[in-house]
Amino acid sequence: MRLTLQIWRQKNADDTGGFSSYDVDASPDMSFLEMLDVLNETLTEAGEDPVAFEHDCREGICGSCCLMIDGRAHGPEPGTATCQLHMRKFEDGDTIRIEPWRSAAFPVLKDLVVDRVGLDRIVQAGGFISINTGSAPDANLIPVPRDKAELAMDAAACIGCGACVAQCPNGAAQLFAAAKVSHLALLPQGQPERDQRVLRMVEEMESAFGSCTNFAECEVACPKEISIEFIARMNRDYVSARLRRG
Amino acid sequence: MRLDAKIPAGPIQQKWDRHRFEMKLVNPANKRRFEVIVVGSGLAGGAAAAAMGELGYHVKCFCYQDSARRAHSIAAQGGINASKNYQNDGDSIWRLFYDTVKGGDYRSREANVYRLAQVSSNIIDQCVAQGVPFGREYGGLLDNRSFGGAQVSRTFYARGQTGQQLLLGTYQSLSRQVAAGQVEMYPRTEMLDVVVADGRARGIVTRDMVSGEVRSWSADAVVLATGGYSNVYFLSTNAKGCNATAIWRAHRRGALFANPCFTQIHPTCIPQHGDYQSKLTLMSESLRNDGRIWVPKTAGESRAAADIPEDERDYYLERRYPAFGNLVPRDIASRAAKGMCDEGLGVGHGRRGVYLDFADAISRLGRDAISAKYGNLFEMYERITGEDPYEVPMRIYPAPHYTMGGLWVDYNLMTTIDGLYAAGEANFSDHGANRLGASALMQGLADGYFVLPYTIGDYLARHMGEGPMPTDSAPFQEVEAEVNGRIDRLLSCDGKRTVDSLHRELGQICWEYCGMSRNAEGLEGAIEKIAELREEYWTNVKVLGVNDELNQALEKAGRVADYFELAELMCRDALARRESCGGHFREEYRTEEGEALRNDEEFTYVSAWEDQGPGKEPVMHREPLDFPNVPLTQRSYK
Repeated sequence: MRLTLQIWRQKNADDTGGFSSYDVDASPDMSFLEMLDVLNETLTEAGEDPVAFEHDCREGICGSCCLMIDGRAHGPEPGTATCQLHMRKFEDGDTIRIEPWRSAAFPVLKDLVVDRVGLDRIVQAGGFISINTGSAPDANLIPVPRDKAELAMDAAACIGCGACVAQCPNGAAQLFAAAKVSHLALLPQGQPERDQRVLRMVEEMESAFGSCTNFAECEVACPKEISIEFIARMNRDYVSARLRRG
Repeated sequence: MRLDAKIPAGPIQQKWDRHRFEMKLVNPANKRRFEVIVVGSGLAGGAAAAAMGELGYHVKCFCYQDSARRAHSIAAQGGINASKNYQNDGDSIWRLFYDTVKGGDYRSREANVYRLAQVSSNIIDQCVAQGVPFGREYGGLLDNRSFGGAQVSRTFYARGQTGQQLLLGTYQSLSRQVAAGQVEMYPRTEMLDVVVADGRARGIVTRDMVSGEVRSWSADAVVLATGGYSNVYFLSTNAKGCNATAIWRAHRRGALFANPCFTQIHPTCIPQHGDYQSKLTLMSESLRNDGRIWVPKTAGESRAAADIPEDERDYYLERRYPAFGNLVPRDIASRAAKGMCDEGLGVGHGRRGVYLDFADAISRLGRDAISAKYGNLFEMYERITGEDPYEVPMRIYPAPHYTMGGLWVDYNLMTTIDGLYAAGEANFSDHGANRLGASALMQGLADGYFVLPYTIGDYLARHMGEGPMPTDSAPFQEVEAEVNGRIDRLLSCDGKRTVDSLHRELGQICWEYCGMSRNAEGLEGAIEKIAELREEYWTNVKVLGVNDELNQALEKAGRVADYFELAELMCRDALARRESCGGHFREEYRTEEGEALRNDEEFTYVSAWEDQGPGKEPVMHREPLDFPNVPLTQRSYK
């Protein structure tokens, strides 16, 4: 299949950047990133700077890949990270627009590569259970009802790619933060720090990212299909914690 | 050089306890005076950094990814073993120890494996306390599943994302230490060399992958937890960025490299579908519980699977291994698939694939039951291949997946360079010639949480008051100059071929001659071919751009340069080991039925290779292995 790609090129964080157009021959069985590999091989052979893009596991689990494809985070296929998207989802002759995540909290480093360290900071603010190595009791000492454990796992499935932020008109990180807050708040082990955790994580989140106004775009963009119900949970936790702590 | 594994004396059950008592301690007030560098933020590195931060050491942790949470441990699917015996089915520390030694085909070190089995239970406790959402029974207690190579159910799991959940647990602990100021995290920073002075590791040299800055970091001890080297083959199930540069540079600075030819080829991966393919995707081997593996009986068969009648199909695993059938261990299943394809009986693209057919299971159990068990795997398969496995059989083919070989370490996980440690897949110690499923996660976390924090303390206590070496000293400056020299050389080559095209060619050589089966002639030829291609690499590679920028081609170029050297060592090791064991199958050494034939009289040892400098053949040292606790037997799955 013959495709035209309009790709965002930007030399570094200080460059203003702009779109460049490329023609590429692709096979329907290629993954989207393999199609970009082919483009990069061609560019390199021609002596042109290859397109920088983030990727690693190419199995949809590490959360590295982060392309805005035709205005949709991770492209047209629901519940699929960019690396698992295949070219058979496109038509011969298509023009595809490829951009980096667009959000003030994710500055572009080069071409399609952005800095997502803001997400790490939200976790550092409290997205953990304070347990020192070696001090854990026997694992079966605290039973966790199966449905609770499963729901916690639904939230914990977040791969931290940042598609939720990229797709949100406000650049809010609510779905990311809510997934971690909910995962830990649903488990008995997470109770002692529950209030402090949600207060600190929300504070860090609000300081670097936009605010949520319930567009729900994040849920549609999420490659792990994490539900915005977790945002409601986080909000409830936040309000109770505020009330308790004054 | 005499290799001393420093295995503590006494009965195997008491070695670790005794050793923990005998090791020196650093008192709490003194711990903050020590700097420890950890390279890699996966299960082994992330756990080591977090645990040592908790103890009060000052830790710097480096990773090439943009966040510590993306290390490749995240991609492990199946589970993690522990000898909890929660199922009351006869498991014990001794049984997990025994299974691991036997599964490793008697080429691992008993004392290390025993310790691994001992601490396995602590790992599960630790992870549950961190909030890892393991699968549970309706009563709220932890569930277990069974896995290849074991007759008990000892595998803990979090859906098909166990590696992800364990890594996030580690990442969260690490984040807590970052917030507390105990660990400084350096993402997008790649280690390019280790600095050794007076026989001791003094620090590392890194490249900032955004600015290109080459910089030295000094420390009292250095841990390499940088994973395995399956990407030598170009096509593997590893993440694209996984690389061997850290361990290879350490090897070039004097750390011995153990059992490099012990590589694991996983049988249930999605076959290659084109020449542009960038990586291979693994599917959990649990699929073999219900899928039947077959090929057509006639070479060159062109009919669709459904049109091939039952009597024209060869269910070759069931035929050759009636007792285990489709559930034979990984190495046997992989080799059998290759054998079929070599005879022209393969299916799909390039005839490099075999069918994994669920038609019988679907008619026996119903579509819903199969969907409940394997739904997400079927979905993943369809996403990649565009074929619906409920309707047409899956096609599978083996792919490089894990490397049992790695830096030689003693019982303390210290390499042959003082103060330089290797943990997780980066070392060689626990899996022998073949790793059992669900044991990689266990080893990574055992090393990081429960071994290194003790053994590094013992080393540091002996160097109290010495302090790190300044980075403006001659040893650091010399290594920095060498690193800059290598970068300049790659950038100024101005050749005609891309890094990927040369890497692909190297991978094909390794796969063909040092992959699932090997022979002397092929290996000798491969060593020559690799040397020729390496020559071409350094004269004809094309790396555009400059160092002072985000330059992904330059990153790859440095890693591939090191693969060329490592690939040669893999072939030399495979050539020298004139026996078949675990993942290492030498065609000349097999039983009359064609199965792997071990030679315990001559080869019950660890081969540990010492680098002799560029252009010189490496020297092999031997660490003899003995098995006073697990009697040597020939594996049989008939």
